[in-house]
Order: sequence, then structure tokens, then C-alpha cells
Amino acid sequence: MTPLLLSAYTATTCLGQSVDALRTALRDGRSGLAPCAFETVRLDTWIGEVPAVDAVRLPETLADYDCRNNRLTLLGLEADGFADRVRAAIARHGRDRVGVFLGTSTAGILQTELAYRRRDPQTGELPADFIYRTTHNSFSLAEFTRAYFGLEGIAMAISTACSSSAKVFAAAARQLALGSIDAAVVGGVDTLCLTTLYGFASLELTSPQPCRPYDAARDGISVGEGAAFALLERADRAAAGDVLLLGAGESSDAYHMSSPHPEGLGARLAMEAALRSAGLAPGDIDYINLHGTSTPANDAAEGRAVGALFGDRVPCSSTKGATGHTLGAAGAVEAVICALALTDGLLPGSPGTATLDPDIRLDYLLQARAGTPRRALSNSFGFGGSNCALVFGAAA
Amino acid sequence: MSAPLTAWIDGIGCLGPGLPDWPTTQAVLRGERPWVAEPTVLPAPAMLPAAERRRASRVVKLTLAAGMEAVAAAGADASTLATVFAASGADGYNCHALCEQLATDDRQISPTRFTNSVHNAAAGYWGIATRSMAPCQVLCAYDASFGAGLLDALAQVAADRQTTLLIAYDSEYPTPMHAKRDTPDCGAVALLLAPERSERSLARIGVAPTRDAADRLADPGLEGLRGTIPALRALPLLARLARGEAGRACLDYLPPMQLAVDVAPC
Repeated sequence: MTPLLLSAYTATTCLGQSVDALRTALRDGRSGLAPCAFETVRLDTWIGEVPAVDAVRLPETLADYDCRNNRLTLLGLEADGFADRVRAAIARHGRDRVGVFLGTSTAGILQTELAYRRRDPQTGELPADFIYRTTHNSFSLAEFTRAYFGLEGIAMAISTACSSSAKVFAAAARQLALGSIDAAVVGGVDTLCLTTLYGFASLELTSPQPCRPYDAARDGISVGEGAAFALLERADRAAAGDVLLLGAGESSDAYHMSSPHPEGLGARLAMEAALRSAGLAPGDIDYINLHGTSTPANDAAEGRAVGALFGDRVPCSSTKGATGHTLGAAGAVEAVICALALTDGLLPGSPGTATLDPDIRLDYLLQARAGTPRRALSNSFGFGGSNCALVFGAAA
Repeated sequence: MSAPLTAWIDGIGCLGPGLPDWPTTQAVLRGERPWVAEPTVLPAPAMLPAAERRRASRVVKLTLAAGMEAVAAAGADASTLATVFAASGADGYNCHALCEQLATDDRQISPTRFTNSVHNAAAGYWGIATRSMAPCQVLCAYDASFGAGLLDALAQVAADRQTTLLIAYDSEYPTPMHAKRDTPDCGAVALLLAPERSERSLARIGVAPTRDAADRLADPGLEGLRGTIPALRALPLLARLARGEAGRACLDYLPPMQLAVDVAPC
């Protein structure tokens, strides 16, 4: 693919509401995870909760969109001056030439979960103030974002579980390549809800401790939430050191709904496709941000796929011990982490991981260290066997 | 858009109320037989392994039936095809059951219910049934989901030169969600889109943005389906394809952006 410029980017996670908060935490090896005290959830697990989401107020004209997920969307859009950069891009290109491509796994389903507690005891009806379209529906965050910026062009939500907000980069890149748009707001937003917390617990995939990706004793994920965005434009605006999207690769496991292919075959196909799309060889990659959810099966499968393609030569880490697994936002959060690796020469470590799994032979970073990466690859894999890998690079 | 997004349609699948398959839909859209209001009939998914077949929900049956109809019509090999699934919602019954249980004191939901709750559940079962490891997109744009799916599928055809199967589908929610989202029944449209013309090609389409109003259907029953089942927003396009008629079909997308689809039959 023709490289694209990330002309602005931002991430809001349990580590804070800015790229700077993320940078500092990654450099210091700090985790934002805490014992679960979300809503009325009673589970022995740790979570990555974004502070003060419920204090966010949506503009009055967009009040129908009010729910935790759109509050976090707004919090994330307004971080790091990102919204102003979007407005400047709209001024440059026009309201119908800036697309919206956002990923989510559950959007505002929490709103529906809460509404089900307030059903009419006689009729069973849901409360009158519950609006499905603008809160629960998977498109709600993209529709909200489109309305917030007054956009009039292409918009879509991508919902492929935990690969969602990696795949938005690929979808937007296609439309940019074909000239359908001149810029794209890409990203992902997912918020804590009962469905995912109790759901992952039902699969025995949540850890009672802070998650420990690639650790020999890893025993599950820590569910997190987050909102991360990038503004994609053609690279003729790029200056030296700017971050570029160089390639994207997508594949399917075609194996099982909730377990990865044991050899990581689909993961490997996605990474190979991303390298092909970037016109690069495995030896050109200097850092890999692993999907690394911290379940025994996921990390083993990904480790095999990465080892088969890259050997043990490329420094790599999962940052989910810092942010938690932000599910449908993970691809975008970790794209921003790759951008930080490139701009700051920061190779993040893996908070929580103590003893590496001896069966996985990678150059896995327990602690952050300085480096000079020129190109970084990010993996994102989801339920249903949905895989996506992205390659980022620093402009020469 | 600088140039319209184009592709060749090599196969069509359709399923909805009173529309059991594409040949019947074609006859209805040509005016050769009347549309009769009947619940959507979902065939059993013979392609799935026994364990998955038992768990197959309405949306899984719906997408396999419509998708495989388009694949079979084109004589294509489903195991090689990239796919784009466009749905306004996920499995409504599963969602209702989850939310109902999570509102009680017993929140120990079933793991199968949870894995089937993801928006890409039907796409995941498609992968298991067809063994296709090609890219699989799953998107949502509420009532505009067909248009969003068409735009991404055409982009994959044009940018990646990859034959891509678009499956747009929707299902109904049970009570009490039905009062908040009143999609009446299941409906799906599948288009097999190819970058090059082949002996199977039915038509060439080119899609560009417009601000024109969407075409409506003369038959009130069909117009009702177009307005209430997002996948069937494609009906004006299907009507041109059914009649083998060159010209433009205008489809609803996201106001003020609509899609003008220029159809050139082979």
C-alpha cells in the first residue's frame, strides 16, 4: 500500500487521558490495573478502568447519545487536542471528504444492561428513556463522532471483537487509496460492561491477578477500557520523524469461535500480509507490539506464529499488563503505542510479567528500554478467528 | 470520490420475508409473480460441523443460506473468498437472553451465549463452515449498513484485486427490545463481487456518492421491506439486476450521503 500519515493521534486508557500519560507509564513500567470495583460487578479479577468517564457531559444537541461508551468517545476525542486537528482537516478537505472508521466490540451495551434492571414490572417494557440506536448499537460511537464533527461522508463501525480497531486502519487505507476520501478519523472505543466481564469470566479467561502476558504462570486477561484515535491522511504532508502506516494485513482462523488456531496459522497469515502490504521483510521490523492477552492458549499460539516468522531476533512485548485488554479499542491503543516506540525510541516492557514462558522463544521485553526502532508491527486478534496486523514506520 | 468504485457481480443471494431465494425474488422484482407476506424461512446449515450446527442461531442460518446461494450461482469456491459482513445488529435473541440474566442476581452467563454475542459471530461460523482464511470484515452502520458494506467490499475488490463476498443481513429482536428496534424479520442480500469480468458475470456496477433521494419500490409490500430491513435497502439495485436493466439505482446510505449505483448488465 501507499504509506499514509498519522497526522494526529491520541489514547485514553486507565493510564490517563493523553499520549503523555501513556508515554510516562510505559517508560516507568507502571500498570493502570486495579481490583475490579466496577458498577455492581462482583468478580475476583483486575480491570483497567478509565477515571472520571461518568463525569463527561455530551453536548446538549447530542444528548440522545449519552452512555458510558460515548462519554469515553468524547473524552478520547478531546484529549491531546485531537478534535482540533480533526476540525483543521475538515477545513482543509471538506465535510464529505473526511471519513469515520471506528472499532468496538460492545459499544454502549452497558446502557441496555442497565435498562433491563428498570423494566416495567407489569408489562416488562424497557424504560422510555432508553434509546437503542444511539447507545447500544455498534454504530453508535461512529454516528456520534460523525455528528460531533458535522461530517457528511463515509462512516462505518467495524466490530470483529478484539481486532476491530486494527481493522479500521485497513478499511480507511483502502478508501484513501481509491480517492473516496482525503482523510479519516480511525480508532476504537470500548467500555467496561457486565457482558464482557461476566462473559470472559464464564470462559474462565479472566485472571484473579493483574494479567501477566507471556509469563509461564499466566492465567487470564485483565479487561480494560479505552478510546484511541488517529487521523490518517496521505503522506505527502509527512515530515521527517512523522509516523506512517506502511502496511495492513487481515486474515481469518476458520478454526473456532473463541480459541485461536493452536499453531497461530491465521495470525501468521495476517503478519505476512501486513509485511507484503508494506513491501517489507521480517528482518525490517524492529519492534512488535504483541496481542498478548495473557491467556495460556492465546500467547502460546501467537508466540509460535511470531517465532516462525521472525525467530527470536525482534524485541517484542504485550502492553496489556499496563493498559488491560481494551478489547475493541486494543488495536488503536496499541497503534498509538507503536507510534510512541517510533517517535520516542521507547521499547515498552510488560508490567506484571515476571518469569517468561520457557516454551515461547522470543526476544520478549520484561522492562522498557531505549532503542532506535524504525518500523514496528502491531498484532490484534479477536473471537471468531479475526486477525489483523499493522506495520508502522518513521518517515525518513 | 474521484472515480466510482466498480466491480463485476458474479453471483446473487437473497432471503427475506416472502423472498425464499434469488430466483423467486427475481421473479417478484420483474413483476412475474406477486410478493406474498410470509415469515422468512431459514434453511438448516448443512455445512456446519454437528457441534456448531446445534448452536446455530437465526443469523448464522441466514448468512450461510444467502452467502452460499451467491457462491453457488457464481460457481465460486467459498474457501478462497474474502468476505464483508454488514449487519445493523447482532443476534437479538442471544442479546436479550444475556441482558435478561445480567439483570438478575445470577449473573453466571453461559460461555456459548457470550461467544455468540459478538457482532462477528455469524462471520466466525462462516469461517468454520467454509474454511476460508481470507480477510473477513464485519461492520455496522445501523440503517446504512448495506451501503457501508458495499463501500468496503468494493474497496477490497478495487484496492486489493480480491474477489469479495458481501453479505448484508439483519435479524429481529424479541420483546422487549423489539419495541426499541422494530426490524420485523430476518433478511439478507449477498453479492459476489469480482475485479474482472468472467463468464459468470451478471453485471458491472459502479458506485459513487450522491445527494439524490433513494429509489422507492412501487409495490407497497416490497417498499415496506426496503424501509424496515436494512439489508433490503439494496432492493432498488436488485430490481435493476433482476430485470437485466441498465441504468442507475439510488440507495439509502448516511444522510446527506447516498449511493448512486450504475448498473451495466452483461
